[in-house]
Amino acid sequence: MVEAAPIPAQAPLAPAGVLRRLMRRKLALFGLAIILTVVGGAILAPWIVRFGPNEQLFDGLTLQGAPMPPGGDFLMGTDLLGRDLFSRMLYGARTSLIIGIVANGAALTIGTLVGITAGFLRGWVGAVLMRFTDLMMAFPALLLAICLAAIFQPSLWIVAMVIALVNWVQTARVVYTETTSLSEREFIAAERTLGASRARILWHHILPHLVPTLIVWGTLGISVTVLLEATLSFLGVGVQPPTPSWGNIIFENQTYFQAAPWLVFIPGAAILALALAFNLVGDALRDVLDPTQRGRD
Amino acid sequence: MIMPQQAIAAPLLSVRGLTVSVRDRGVVRPLVSDLSFDLRAGETLAIAGESGSGKSITSLALMGLLPANVAVTGGTLMLDDTDLAQLSEARMRPLRGARIAMIFQEPMTSLNPVQSIDAQLIEAIRAHDPVGRTVAREQAIEALRQVRISEPARRMGQYPHELSGGMRQRVMIAMALALRPALLIADEPTTALDVTVQREVLDLLRDLQARTGTALILITHDMGVVAQTADRVVVMQAGRMVEEGPTTRIFAAPRAAYTRDLLAAVPRLGAGAARGAPPPPEAPVPVARLSRASVHYDVGANLLGRPTHRVHAALGVSFDIRPGETFGLVGESGCGKSTIARALAGLVPHEGLIEIGGRPLSAMSARQRKEIRRDVQMVFQDPMAALDPRMKVGDAVEEPLVIHRIGTPAERRARARDLFRQVGLGDDQMSRYPHEFSGGQRQRICIARALALRPRLIICDESVSALDVSVQARVLALLQELKDGLGMSYLFISHDMAVVENVVDRLAVMYLGQIVEMGTRDQVFGNPQHPYTRRLLEAVPVPDPTRRSRGHLRPTGESPSPLRRIGDPPAPAALIDTGHGHLVAPHSA
Repeated sequence: MVEAAPIPAQAPLAPAGVLRRLMRRKLALFGLAIILTVVGGAILAPWIVRFGPNEQLFDGLTLQGAPMPPGGDFLMGTDLLGRDLFSRMLYGARTSLIIGIVANGAALTIGTLVGITAGFLRGWVGAVLMRFTDLMMAFPALLLAICLAAIFQPSLWIVAMVIALVNWVQTARVVYTETTSLSEREFIAAERTLGASRARILWHHILPHLVPTLIVWGTLGISVTVLLEATLSFLGVGVQPPTPSWGNIIFENQTYFQAAPWLVFIPGAAILALALAFNLVGDALRDVLDPTQRGRD
Repeated sequence: MIMPQQAIAAPLLSVRGLTVSVRDRGVVRPLVSDLSFDLRAGETLAIAGESGSGKSITSLALMGLLPANVAVTGGTLMLDDTDLAQLSEARMRPLRGARIAMIFQEPMTSLNPVQSIDAQLIEAIRAHDPVGRTVAREQAIEALRQVRISEPARRMGQYPHELSGGMRQRVMIAMALALRPALLIADEPTTALDVTVQREVLDLLRDLQARTGTALILITHDMGVVAQTADRVVVMQAGRMVEEGPTTRIFAAPRAAYTRDLLAAVPRLGAGAARGAPPPPEAPVPVARLSRASVHYDVGANLLGRPTHRVHAALGVSFDIRPGETFGLVGESGCGKSTIARALAGLVPHEGLIEIGGRPLSAMSARQRKEIRRDVQMVFQDPMAALDPRMKVGDAVEEPLVIHRIGTPAERRARARDLFRQVGLGDDQMSRYPHEFSGGQRQRICIARALALRPRLIICDESVSALDVSVQARVLALLQELKDGLGMSYLFISHDMAVVENVVDRLAVMYLGQIVEMGTRDQVFGNPQHPYTRRLLEAVPVPDPTRRSRGHLRPTGESPSPLRRIGDPPAPAALIDTGHGHLVAPHSA
C-alpha cells in the first residue's frame, strides 16, 4: 500500500559531473585519447616532423624510383614523389579535422534547423521545407558538390561549405520525423495548456530530446564528410595539391595499392580510428546526458 | 459417502513454491516468491493485485514466455504430470495454444494488423491440429460463432482494424479457445475495453467456460471484475501471495490487512450519495460555459485533396461549471469527452461558444489566450507522458511561473517548494527526474504544476484512471482537499461511473459526441432517465460476489460510426428538462 520508495537523492547534473561520469567509461576514454592525439598532432605538426609535408626528398625514393616502406628515417614511409608520409599525415589531419568537425557540424546545424522548423510548424512552411529536402536528396550529391566547387575558387573553406550544403539532408529528414512524433506527445500538449510559447517548447522541450539522435548522426557524419572531401580532392575540385588531406593521400596513391600498401592503409586506418573515436565518445556522451539513464553506470 | 466430483478430481494445475527472478547487472532479484495455488478443471481463479505485484509475471511463467533476463528459479508448475518449469522451449511450444492458451490486455496489438481474421484463426488451428484448410476454416467460423460475433462468415475476410475493440477481444478469445485448451490465462482481458463491452466479454467468458470446462486464470487489478467472475482469489502484493480463498469469503471476511485496504479503496456506486452535500448554487458568472460547442475533424481526401468525411467528435455541447463545483463528464471511449476538455484548454479549435470567466475564447487575442491559461489548467491521464522526461520535476512545477513571468527565481523556487508540500511530496525531491517517481507521485507532481498559477478551473482528464486503486483513492482525496482549501472548480472526466459518483456534484453523460443526460449527481445516479445512462450503470462490475448479475448474451455487431459525409452532420438533440434541471435527450425507450 506504500507508494514506491524514492531512490536516494543524487547530485544534480552539473557539467563537472558529466565529465566525471564520462571519465568512468573506459571506451569513452579510449576514444577521447585518440581524438586528443590527432588534434595534438595536427596543432604541433611543425615541431614534430623532421621534413616538410611537400618536400620531395632525395633519399625518399629507392634507386628504382619506388616509394620507401615504413621504417628508418621515415616512420610511415614515403609516397610516390618521395615525400614523408608521417609529415603529410600530420598536416593532413588539419584539413581532415576541419572538414570532419566544421563542415559536418555546419551540415548538422542546417539539417537540425530545417527539420525542427518543418516538423514543428507543419503547414505550408513544413511542406515547402521538406519537399526541398526531398529534392536535395534526389539530386546526386557529388554532382551538386562538383558544380558548387567549380563555381567558387577551390579552397579548404569552400570545400567545407560545399560539404555542409550537400550533407544536411539526411539529418533534416531524421530530425523532422522525430520532431513530428515529439510534438504529438502529451507533455508538449501539457506545455501548451500552460501557455508556453513556441520558442520555449522548441528550445526547452523538443531540442533536448533530439540530442541523442544528433550525437549519433554527428559522429556518423565525420567519416562520411572526410571521405567526401577525399572524393572531391580526387576529382580536382577539393583541397588543391600539394596541400595534404587524409582523403587525397588515399586517392593519390590508390593505384599503387599492391606495390605500396602502406600509402593507402595508414590514412585509411587514421580515418577509421578518428570516426570510431568520435563514435565512442558520442555514444558515451549520449548515455551520460540522458537523465533517465542515471545511476545505471 | 459421495464427494462432489470437483473435490476428488486431481487439480489440473498445481503451482508449488514458484519463484521467478530477474537478473539485472549480475544481481538476482525475485519478482515472485514462493507462490502456491491449485486449479481444477472448470474453475476460475483470479490473481488480483496492483501494479508490480507479480501477477503478470506469474502468467508469463506459466506460458513459458518470460523475458530473456527473467527465469523461474524455484518451485514447480505441474500441469497434469508435466512440470512446465522444466520444459525446454521446443517441448513447451506444442503445449502453448493446445493445452494452455492466453489472452492479452490489448487486442489490437496481439492481432497481426496485416493479416485477415481467417488467416490468423486458420493458422492458429493448423499449427497444432493437422487438418485441411477447409476443415480449419469451418472450425474457425464455428469458433467465431461461439464467441457470438455477428455474421462470422463475413468477419473472416476482415482485418483487425475493421473491428471494434470488443470484437477484437472476442476474436482473441475465439483463437484461444479454438483448440479447446485445458487452461486459459486471461491477462487483464477487459482493462482496455469500455465498461459495457467489458460486461459482455466477461459474460461470454463465463458462458464459454461453463460449456467447455476450461479452467480459467483471470489476472486483474479490478476487484469488481474479480467479484463478478472468480470462484477463488489469490491476492498478491509485491511478488508474494498475501491471501488465498473462495471469492465470497475474501470479500465478506478478508484476513490480510492488505486485502482489507484494497477492498476499502475500491470505489463503489452509492458511496457518493452518502456525502450528501448539495451542489454549490448557480453564480452570476460561471467559471466556464459552453453553449452549442462543437469540434470536428476532417478525414479522407478526394482527388482535389479536399476532405470527404467528417468526424463530429463533439456536437452542440452545452453546460456550465459553477465556482467551487466538480462537474463530471462521463461516457465511453470516443464519446467526445476528452475532445471537450481539449477545446476548453484551447488545444483544438471549436465552433459555437466557449466562455471562460464570462469571456468567449474565440474572440481572444493570442495575448489574452495566454492570460486565460492562468485560469484553466489540465491534469492528464498518464502522468509519465505529461511530464518532460528530461526535465527535473522541480523545474517542471516552476515552469508555469517562468512562462508567465511571475516572481523572481527565488520566489518561484519558494512557491514550487510550497506546492510540493501541498500535494504531499517532500521538497527534497525537486531535483529528481520523473522516472524516479511512482505513478501516484508523478500525478501529484502534475497536480502541483497545474496549481502553480492558482487556476480557477482544473480539467482532470481521466487523471486517476491509470493509477492503482489504493493510489487512486489517495489522489482523489488530495483533489478534494485542495478544492476545499482553494475553492477551485474541477471538470472531472472519466469512464469510471463509480469514481465519478464519488466525486462530482453535477454531471453530464456523453454518447457519440452529444450529451444525452445531465443533472445533479443524485438526479442522474438516483433516477437515470436515458437508456444509455442505465446501460452504463448496469455494466459497472459490482465488487460484491453475492450480487452477481447474469448478463444477457447478445451477438455483437458494428458499433455506430461517428464518421459522416461532409454536408451531412448528425442532428443535434435538444435536451428536455424533466424537472429541477435534470436534462435528458429524447429517446425511444
